[in-house]
Amino acid sequence: MSSAWLLRRLLTVVYTLLVVSILVFGLTQILPADAAVSLLGENATPAALASLRQKLGLNDPVWLQYWHWLSALLQGDFGTSMRTSQPVGPAMFTALGRSLMLGGAALVLTLIIGVPLGMWAALRRGTMADLFAGLVSYLGVSLPEFVTATLLLIVVADRLQLLPATGYVAPSEDLGESVRHLILPALTVSVIMVAHVSRMVRSETIDVLNSDYVRAARLKGLPSRTVLLRHVLRNALLPTITIVALDVGYVLGGIIVVEEIFAIPGIGRQLIVAITSRDLPSIQAGAVIMAATYAVVNTVADIAYALIDRRIRYE
Amino acid sequence: MNDAVHRLVHTPQGVLGLVLLAVLALACLLGGVLAPYPPEAMDFTARFVAPGARHWFGADQLGRDVLSRLLMGARATVPLAVLATFAGATVGACIGTLSAYLGGRWDEAITRTIDAVMAIPHLLLALILVSTLGKGSANAALAIGISVAPSLARVTRSVALAARQQDYVKAAIARGEGGAWIVLREMLPNVAAPVIIEATIRVAFAVMLFATLSFLGLGAQPPASEWGLMISEARRYMHQAPWVLVAPALAIAMTAICFNLLGDGLRDALNPRDER
Repeated sequence: MSSAWLLRRLLTVVYTLLVVSILVFGLTQILPADAAVSLLGENATPAALASLRQKLGLNDPVWLQYWHWLSALLQGDFGTSMRTSQPVGPAMFTALGRSLMLGGAALVLTLIIGVPLGMWAALRRGTMADLFAGLVSYLGVSLPEFVTATLLLIVVADRLQLLPATGYVAPSEDLGESVRHLILPALTVSVIMVAHVSRMVRSETIDVLNSDYVRAARLKGLPSRTVLLRHVLRNALLPTITIVALDVGYVLGGIIVVEEIFAIPGIGRQLIVAITSRDLPSIQAGAVIMAATYAVVNTVADIAYALIDRRIRYE
Repeated sequence: MNDAVHRLVHTPQGVLGLVLLAVLALACLLGGVLAPYPPEAMDFTARFVAPGARHWFGADQLGRDVLSRLLMGARATVPLAVLATFAGATVGACIGTLSAYLGGRWDEAITRTIDAVMAIPHLLLALILVSTLGKGSANAALAIGISVAPSLARVTRSVALAARQQDYVKAAIARGEGGAWIVLREMLPNVAAPVIIEATIRVAFAVMLFATLSFLGLGAQPPASEWGLMISEARRYMHQAPWVLVAPALAIAMTAICFNLLGDGLRDALNPRDER
């Protein structure tokens, strides 16, 4: 991993965010909502509206408005919410923290469920177990989050009464309750990743099991457990990083729906509220922060992959 | 093409996918005829009737027959998702092929821009578009088409890059053909197979995205019997009548599974080299 490569990668992130900011600003500008009217209400006098438009810069050309918005954004000023009259930035970043917790929990569940499922299917290739794993992965990519969430709510929360249905508890408040509230949403978000990861791990494991070095390790007399953990698992995990990085987009999209259904005050819920109330600064900030999260996670995954890949090459 | 269909029916995924597709097509074409009740007919004596002889899939909070609504819902969901996906896929394929044809700096710029657009999650892009254009099925379909295009462009570009190096493209350039002709007549037909595979799998996403938008109140509007909307309405009564909710959930899953199977089957049928 050369520094030139790293620089190129970081420049890509900057370019990505630039395009996203233009796109988001452009799309929200077409919104048939007049910021002055939404701030002052329908009954405001034309004079008051005109002076507020002047103050907000709504009479400036679009590119100038974009420039003002972008330069404020770069100084960490995401604007003021038209709904709550509060600064958008702090609210969005608090929400982002909760969403990242949800995403992190989903990732942990993915690794706990998806990796063993894929290995199990590979080891029992062609049996009912393999068929079952294949079915799980087909269902996983075929059920939208709102369906999975609703079905989980009916079975786990409503019928079995095992876990609370909705709501959010901060971990600082009550760790146990916080985790209990997080399980169903995280499980919902993880479904698509479990499907992709288990499929990938299965095919990788099959490849590795047929490789010469695993045969050599077996012939050397290593116990099969050691072979599985030291050689097979390790090689099967590598592509998992790529798959997870590719899935970040789905996960962020899934988080929007899941937070809405489970009433988690994360960035997805903020965005839905912003979109339904046509709160332009919040929509813009939320969308840019989400895209930035995507770009950063992908870059980190790329760098992680490059690091691991290199280590393997030198071993 | 006949050869591909022949090979498709020899893959297990292909057969199952085609069977499900036939069921869906039947529901879309003959849903109104097959439905045992008019989908919007309310029968207050049948409120929350459990699945049985009278109502195979039960009845909802207004006594509407769930099976009839599902059959009508197929028409409200599936053709729109297919159309939106293939329209978006065509646009994406053209962009991807053009990018590969131009090469060099143009290719770099187009690819980076596509990657940047893809940093906005599909659902979020669709949400912003629908809130800009206004709610409703047509705008939801447009939003889905737009969010499909970038990923298809990326897939197409990688295939078209290989096609660009083929002799027939070089020959066309040497003959002095115009850029549009080369892109549309020489390269595009030769990247069709992977594009069709990818687009087929994307239909599954489109169905889910469309249902999600309707679920969030931005796609199909009541009293339409769109599946996502049905789930959204049935959620309030899920304690009393879970079947009202489970039936459309299964319909969405079945449709998505159908297109995923077809896509996988086509991949096996069209790329015999790629053994997985």
